[in-house]
Amino acid sequence: MTDFPRWKYALVALVMVFGVIYALPNAFVPVPAVQVSANRGAPAIDQAVRQKVIDTLTQKRIAFGKVVVEGDNLLATFADTDVQKSGSDAIKALLGDQYTVAFKLQSTVPEWLGMIGARSMPLGLDLQGGVHFLMQVDQNDVIDKQESSYADDIRSLLRDKKIRYESVARNSVRGKGVAVVLRSEDDRAKAADAIANEYTDLLVSNGPSTGDRFVLNAVIKPDKLRDIGRGAITQNLQTLRNRINALGVSEPLIQQQGENHIVVDLAGVQDPAEAKKLIGTVATLEYRPGIGHPGDPQAREAEKTGNIPPDANLYHMRGTGLPVLVSKKVIVTGKELVDASSGIDQQSGTPKVDVTLNAAGARKMSDFTNANVGKPMAVVYVERVTETKMVDGKEVRVPKVTESVINDANIASPFSRQFQTTGLGSPKEASDLALLLKGGAFAAPVDIIEEGVIGSSMGADNIDKGFKSVMLGLALVLLAAAIYYKLFGLVADIALFFNLVILVAVMSLIGVTLTMPGIAGIVLTLGMAIDANVLICERVREELRNGSTPHAAIYAGYEKAWSTILDANVTHLIAALALTTMGTGAIKGFGITLMIGILTSLFTSVTLTHAFTAAIHGHRKLKTLSV
Amino acid sequence: MEIFNHDSNIHFLGMRKYTVGLAILLMIGSIALIATRGLNYGLDFTGGVSMLVNYEQPVEIADVRGALAKGGFEGAVVQSLGGTREVSIRFQAKDDPEAIQANGTVNLDRVSADVMAKLHAARPDAKLKSRDFVSAQVGAELKSDGTWAALLVILGIMAYLWIRFERRFAIAAVATEIHDTLVTLGVIALVQREFDMTVLASVLAVIGYSINDKVVVFDRIRELFRLARKAEPEEILNRSINNTLSRTIITSLFTGITMGAMWLLGGPAVHGFAITMLIGIVVGTLSSIFVASPILLWLGVSKKDLMPVTRDNPELARRP
Repeated sequence: MTDFPRWKYALVALVMVFGVIYALPNAFVPVPAVQVSANRGAPAIDQAVRQKVIDTLTQKRIAFGKVVVEGDNLLATFADTDVQKSGSDAIKALLGDQYTVAFKLQSTVPEWLGMIGARSMPLGLDLQGGVHFLMQVDQNDVIDKQESSYADDIRSLLRDKKIRYESVARNSVRGKGVAVVLRSEDDRAKAADAIANEYTDLLVSNGPSTGDRFVLNAVIKPDKLRDIGRGAITQNLQTLRNRINALGVSEPLIQQQGENHIVVDLAGVQDPAEAKKLIGTVATLEYRPGIGHPGDPQAREAEKTGNIPPDANLYHMRGTGLPVLVSKKVIVTGKELVDASSGIDQQSGTPKVDVTLNAAGARKMSDFTNANVGKPMAVVYVERVTETKMVDGKEVRVPKVTESVINDANIASPFSRQFQTTGLGSPKEASDLALLLKGGAFAAPVDIIEEGVIGSSMGADNIDKGFKSVMLGLALVLLAAAIYYKLFGLVADIALFFNLVILVAVMSLIGVTLTMPGIAGIVLTLGMAIDANVLICERVREELRNGSTPHAAIYAGYEKAWSTILDANVTHLIAALALTTMGTGAIKGFGITLMIGILTSLFTSVTLTHAFTAAIHGHRKLKTLSV
Repeated sequence: MEIFNHDSNIHFLGMRKYTVGLAILLMIGSIALIATRGLNYGLDFTGGVSMLVNYEQPVEIADVRGALAKGGFEGAVVQSLGGTREVSIRFQAKDDPEAIQANGTVNLDRVSADVMAKLHAARPDAKLKSRDFVSAQVGAELKSDGTWAALLVILGIMAYLWIRFERRFAIAAVATEIHDTLVTLGVIALVQREFDMTVLASVLAVIGYSINDKVVVFDRIRELFRLARKAEPEEILNRSINNTLSRTIITSLFTGITMGAMWLLGGPAVHGFAITMLIGIVVGTLSSIFVASPILLWLGVSKKDLMPVTRDNPELARRP
């Protein structure tokens, strides 16, 4: 058609080039690699470490691709996953605990593609193997904790204000707050004022009164309750991230699903035990009096000789690894900590951490700090992991406790409920400390409600099968279309091929994770994308039969088919959209693929084929059409 | 190349009493099947433990079942996964009471070790390929999510057709849609094919596919009504089906080819998906030809009803 506008040709050409470039990264198969990173306090990775690794691998006759230092990490590539495993074992044995050694799939995409933002699609667990967990967060526990804490607070508030009360107790029904029983109408009014002023997150209302029992209900506001729930999930996510980072998995997927579920996908991990152990870790904090300072002569002496004062423990600072002596006496534990947040100190301009304790903790803290101004106080981080071991054929659960000091500072002045730790090295250090204080433990208990292990051989198998079925499906449809619609069929074939290319390009660009259901979505899209061309070709044939000239037939074919194609695709799009509303990952992936596929096929099947048809037939006098 | 005679004028609507009767019969049959036999829900829905086991030498399903039954796993469902060397084993975690932990969750490592021990006792060449545990609660959520998604699709499509076409088209499409979904589910219930998450996705995709098919016929009906001077509904509907017949069947064949390829090469992960889609394509194609239009006729579609729509819609008004 001569009336096919030039800018549309340009657009089609542009989109085709875009598709090829952005789909290209997927053609580069990533290689199995081992990534080594230095833990805090360990010597940085340099050429010397690299040389050691190379020597060890050569000595043990483990074939490796290349060993390079990339930024703070060392990367060694291997031919396949078996060699990768032995390589990782050898490197772990060589470097010891100071370094984290993790499996990684190293991309082989050329740098210039990365520069323009082209990358390959991330592969789902079913395509590369790994461990999958779905966890449920127990929100009720958070509410329980919060209500109990408010009950404590109210009790001590009333005591402070010298308001006599009969009892303060949590309501037996969860979420119904705290019931305060007072002895007179007057006391109740005073208590209501005091509570409402002190705790703005509580809704205070009078309950039914009998005789000399005057009931006051303090309920947590629904907004606050929602915030608490949301906060619990966020904190659990953060805690999981911190812990899984320690596992050294590269690119773990940890995200919220629905209201109270968390998905954890660890690609490349084959043994869920280690991951489950970390997830199940219980961590607590203890504020304890410090003895001296980290790394001072007394502590170093104790470390060297093993002569530790009877009332003290010798710990190491997290991060720097310096020895420090800490008294065995516990002032306050993490259970009494309500909140911790990082910020910048207005006076000194240095990063700080604000800590809030509950009433019980505040009293103890106040007593201790009043007597010990100028002396050090340490925060000890205690991690308990329950390991299951086989002893004499029986399972024995052995708790393993790791303790380290995360902070040690002098007490500047007496404090109680709220206090701050200043003089931290960097905002990052402050937020890390706040997270550890608050997020060392889960805000709410988590249960693993779904677990899966996909072998890496199965992943490779799935990729192979998926690729083959896409190729066979494509080849058969290409062949069938070319036979049935001749030249128009060939044009449709070009469109179908580019539909696949552009679909892959868009998916890569958005970063859609490719899974087996996603591949099914691609195959289905290929089968249905040809429908638009069938509609056009049938229309053109019809027009020819009705006596139209070839050019008029092409014009009318596209014109008349368009409305039908649009209706058919919009309804199909509605169906795909509904699939994406499903919470579950697999179906969602399928729906998203289908949706992108419908949109790209609208372009390739109509605009792209029209451009090709116009270019082929445009300037020629035609007697017949090959359709 | 042309397979279909373009002048074909099969009197599809003449058979409407029989075809719609048959469709209703199939629907009732499907409902009865789903109610009595039920769907063979997979792990995604029932919750439980699933394991994929690979053998070096070919293995008989009955032997695997026997080995498990001897070991106390009587309730295990053993299925072959295309070929004689790979089997899938599915059972409820309560079959292995020792693996249930204090908090009610399941120790998957323990369960799989127990099962592998039983299998090794019978055949030492068994190798564990993958294992999954899903709690029953996740399954319940999936069921309700799936039902909502299906309702959303049907209502969304109905709304679109109502606006773009007319009320009768929307009703006819949705009625046929429900027929297609039920019959597809009925066939799955009949052959007791495992109904897992990918099959659910496939059933939802069938809804999308089949509506595609109907809309093409409806579009032609609308066009012919507007072109015809004297519009006898039965005549117009019949001509529309005949005119689009070649397209309906060719598209079904093309989509069928790709699904066939996936069924052949895609492996167990997408087997169920491909089969469900193939069933859905057959059901959807037949209902496009034999069921949707008769419903439209009974609802009393006429030229008059379609004219105002064209005036309301500027895009349609522009067309010749």
